[in-house]
Amino acid sequence: MSMGLLRLLRGKKASAPIARERLQILLAHERGMRGQPDLLGVLREEILAVVSKHVTLDPTKVIVRLERGDEVSTLEVDIEVPNDVERKRVAVA
Amino acid sequence: MSKVLVVTSGKGGVGKTTTTAALGAALAQSGDKVVVVDFDVGLRNLDLVMGAERRVVFDLINVVQGVAKLPQALIRDKRLENLWLLPASQTRDKDALTEEGVGKVIDDLRERFDWVICDSPAGIERGASMAMRFADEAVIVTNPEVSSVRDSDRIIGMLDSKTVRAEKGDHVQKHILITRYDATRAARGEMLTIDDILEILATPLLGIIPESQDVLKASNVGTPVTLSNADGAPARAYIDAARRLCGDSVPMQVPAERRRFMDRLLRRRAA
Repeated sequence: MSMGLLRLLRGKKASAPIARERLQILLAHERGMRGQPDLLGVLREEILAVVSKHVTLDPTKVIVRLERGDEVSTLEVDIEVPNDVERKRVAVA
Repeated sequence: MSKVLVVTSGKGGVGKTTTTAALGAALAQSGDKVVVVDFDVGLRNLDLVMGAERRVVFDLINVVQGVAKLPQALIRDKRLENLWLLPASQTRDKDALTEEGVGKVIDDLRERFDWVICDSPAGIERGASMAMRFADEAVIVTNPEVSSVRDSDRIIGMLDSKTVRAEKGDHVQKHILITRYDATRAARGEMLTIDDILEILATPLLGIIPESQDVLKASNVGTPVTLSNADGAPARAYIDAARRLCGDSVPMQVPAERRRFMDRLLRRRAA
């Protein structure tokens, strides 16, 4: 109470409420995932497997970004495909 | 009735070994026959905290593998005649802890003791899962800090699914023990509150152990904190927690904010 007032006067924010909120969101997610296959992990593996059937992938040129949100999560797979791959394919055909 | 209690946490350094020694000594002092078992194979420390490090001859893995008989490996405490220690091996691999072997040792200990307290290693690997495998009850040691609370949640998930009791459709009775609680920092909004932790983990509270120099002093001299300074705040909190484990209803003491002498003199809150 008086500490709240002091904090207000000092202009400082308490960090504990932020900790609580971050934990609540994280644990709600982790509890839901328990015992479930990691869907996004499976997607990532299979997408890369399909692509590498056609193109030799340079692992350093593949960027996978994952953003977990409350409502939806996004999986972003950024694959750099060298231009000469297509030319070679045409030549073979 | 004999009870197997696991002291666990997921995260390291939160006070599992201190808690095992303190609760073991408190329960033994109340008249129960107690054994504390170190499951931290390769990194044993319960012997050191109990002050028995120079008396270890055989260990848990020797007993599991049949190299030594249980009575040969048990070390009797020099202060409390009801308190015994079964140390972990310092050299062997933790894979030597087979489920069948550990189960046999636990059954044997159940016959001899009122309380079998298993001190779990940190992490979620073999040592930790074997320490909780045969438990009837669990004390989850948690610091008021995000990483500790997250790991406690994970351990609660394991207690509810990977124990013998859980697999039989029964459940392990779980208790949260909050350690290193600093009332001053909590009042300033810098530390998760007791209510926050209990709400997030949805598990009943066994006790709150205040941050105190007594704990370090006790481990320095190899004495459970409940014996080294029995009137100190952490000792009293551990003794109350031990009574609650026995089913007594003891009012919960929330550590109060302490004002230091200089602060009182300057009429300000402890910094």
